[in-house]
Amino acid sequence: MATLDIRDLHVSVQTEDGAKEILRGVDLTVRSGETHAIMGPNGSGKSTLAYSVAGHPKYQVTSGSVTLDGVDVLDMTVDERARAGLFLAMQYPVEVPGVSVSNFLRTAKTAIDGEAPKLRTWIKDVNTALDKMSMDRDFAQRNVNEGFSGGEKKRNEIMQLELLNPRFAILDETDSGLDIDALRVVSEGVNRFSAQGDRGVLLITHYTRILRYITPDYVHVFVAGRIAEQGGAELAERLEAEGYDRYVRAGSGAVAVGEPASS
Amino acid sequence: MTSPALSGGIASHLHPGASYDVAHHPTPSGREEVWRFTPLKRLRGLLEGSPSADDLDWDVQAPDGVRISQISTADAIDLGGPAPVDRLAALSVANSGGAVRLHVPDGTELDAPVRIRLRGATPEQLVWDHLVVTIGRSAQATVVLEYEGSATYSAMVQVLVGDGAQLQLARLQLWDDDAVHTGHVGLRIGRDARVRTFSASLGGDLVRLVETTEYDGPGGQLEQLGLYFADAGQHLEHRLFVDHNAPHTRSNVDYRGALQGLGAHTVWIGDVVIRKVAEGIETYESNRNLVLTDGCRADSVPNLEIETGEIIGAGHASTTGRFDDLQLFYLQSRGIPVDEARRLVVHGFFADIVRRLGVPEIETRLMAAVEDELVRSVGLPPASAVGA
Ligand SMILES: Nc1ncnc2c1ncn2[C@@H]1O[C@H](COP(=O)(O)OP(=O)(O)OP(=O)(O)O)[C@@H](O)[C@H]1O
Ligand SMILES: [Mg+2]
Repeated sequence: MATLDIRDLHVSVQTEDGAKEILRGVDLTVRSGETHAIMGPNGSGKSTLAYSVAGHPKYQVTSGSVTLDGVDVLDMTVDERARAGLFLAMQYPVEVPGVSVSNFLRTAKTAIDGEAPKLRTWIKDVNTALDKMSMDRDFAQRNVNEGFSGGEKKRNEIMQLELLNPRFAILDETDSGLDIDALRVVSEGVNRFSAQGDRGVLLITHYTRILRYITPDYVHVFVAGRIAEQGGAELAERLEAEGYDRYVRAGSGAVAVGEPASS
Repeated sequence: MTSPALSGGIASHLHPGASYDVAHHPTPSGREEVWRFTPLKRLRGLLEGSPSADDLDWDVQAPDGVRISQISTADAIDLGGPAPVDRLAALSVANSGGAVRLHVPDGTELDAPVRIRLRGATPEQLVWDHLVVTIGRSAQATVVLEYEGSATYSAMVQVLVGDGAQLQLARLQLWDDDAVHTGHVGLRIGRDARVRTFSASLGGDLVRLVETTEYDGPGGQLEQLGLYFADAGQHLEHRLFVDHNAPHTRSNVDYRGALQGLGAHTVWIGDVVIRKVAEGIETYESNRNLVLTDGCRADSVPNLEIETGEIIGAGHASTTGRFDDLQLFYLQSRGIPVDEARRLVVHGFFADIVRRLGVPEIETRLMAAVEDELVRSVGLPPASAVGA
């Protein structure tokens, strides 16, 4: 039983006009075995939350904490966080020219496990992972994300999720840009991951269609850098029908009143 | 004797006329455009042109069908290859006491690469060389020249590719770090011939290579690939000149470099001239440099002179930068420690180009040499501090 705990997280980015606060006090607890969905309007800070937990250097945590089983995550380097069991499926996966998927995966697996995977089983494991994602086996020899279609990049992220098998997965709009078949394939991958029972998922999405395949235990509405409401799976349906309008209006009202940046 | 192609009306200060006559190429002061990047003092007196009968140690592996012979300088010149474009190249011809000719007869398709390993004994060893490669009409060949050990070495390499022939020419400068290597590689590409050259400069205290290409008829194609990796104190200079002097010819140049350590200096000059007659040509040249630590300098100067607009396309790109933070973040987010992530990115940067060589055993050897260079960078301050 593991816990990813985000407490009163404030995060800024550097802009030409100085620091700009994006996250304004996020509180979120994900326990292993749980699936949380985060929904919210464009620019509300969902990716910022995902990147901040993963440790992207662009995002500066000004206050608050992120802990994994009580251990300070913010103190760790990006790779240490991954080795501690965090995984981020990115909204825009990065191309790495000249580095084959197979080489990349083997290097990552070796780093995470602390020892090189056994060659015999490894090739089989990679092929199985590709097969599960309905990806051609040739992908293993291609450069990481280079020339991949949008959907192929997303499948590649979930393929990595299954191979690296972290404790907590943050999926940032993994469902965006997927066709119907790919959506099912990707959802099945996430469900296999969750079905192990002791894994946590934080699923960032704009669409309820993925929630037909992946049933969240909790749904959070993310507005203006913080969680504005939470509920069960039924909340997603309501958002689909009503939109974010009332949260956005309430959110901007709060900002206009001039609430202090750190509570 | 003056090369007709290079003197044909281009009054470019970048390209003083080609000539076998040493007197035609005065000793540079260092202020000349073509010499201004080169630390002349480190040429170890090559410019004075002291005679020397020393040779590198040659180890030749040649498949059936290749003819390798010693010929006189006069006979070598009579073969009609591109003439020397600078003093060091002219001195190489004048002082080498004859030339080695590597010939693949018309229509011969070699089933294995010609591999020539040239080894120098000491950095004091002064060697002048002249090599003429002639590829017959419709012949197909792969030629690999590997330089190792150490020497003070200057060479004129002339490459004549017959109509419809296909040549892959790889030159690997894998010298020890105290070698000096200069000279000129002059290519002339026949009608509809296809040439891919690959140059790798990893070793040497000073490497300064001029590569020129001209066409002997329409339809010739050139792909010119290169990599270099400069460590502390190394000067690696590559000066490329593609002369589109015939219609419907193509050239694609892609050179990549990495630099690490104090005083590492690389120079890449990419000149392309599109003559008035050269209608329907296509050219693209690219140079990318990855600066791995502070204290390095990468000069990159692409230059396009266009005398006709009736072409398919002409472009160039030059980038010099540090690590891509996003790439490093992505790799790190999969658990890969930052040093290893950097290594992987550099490896990929070069693998991307080495892969196009198409000679597996050489690819493996080159990537191993790149790995060796990377091992040395451990402990050096990174050029991109994550979080900074
Ligand atoms: N360098 C920057 N300068 C100014 N604003 C920035 C900078 N980087 C991020 N932002 C802003 O931070 C806000 C949050 O961005 P983020 O990517 O986290 O949103 P998101 O909720 O993931 O949106 P989407 O649903 O569109 O993916 C946006 O308004 C964005 O413009
Ligand atoms: Mg986003």
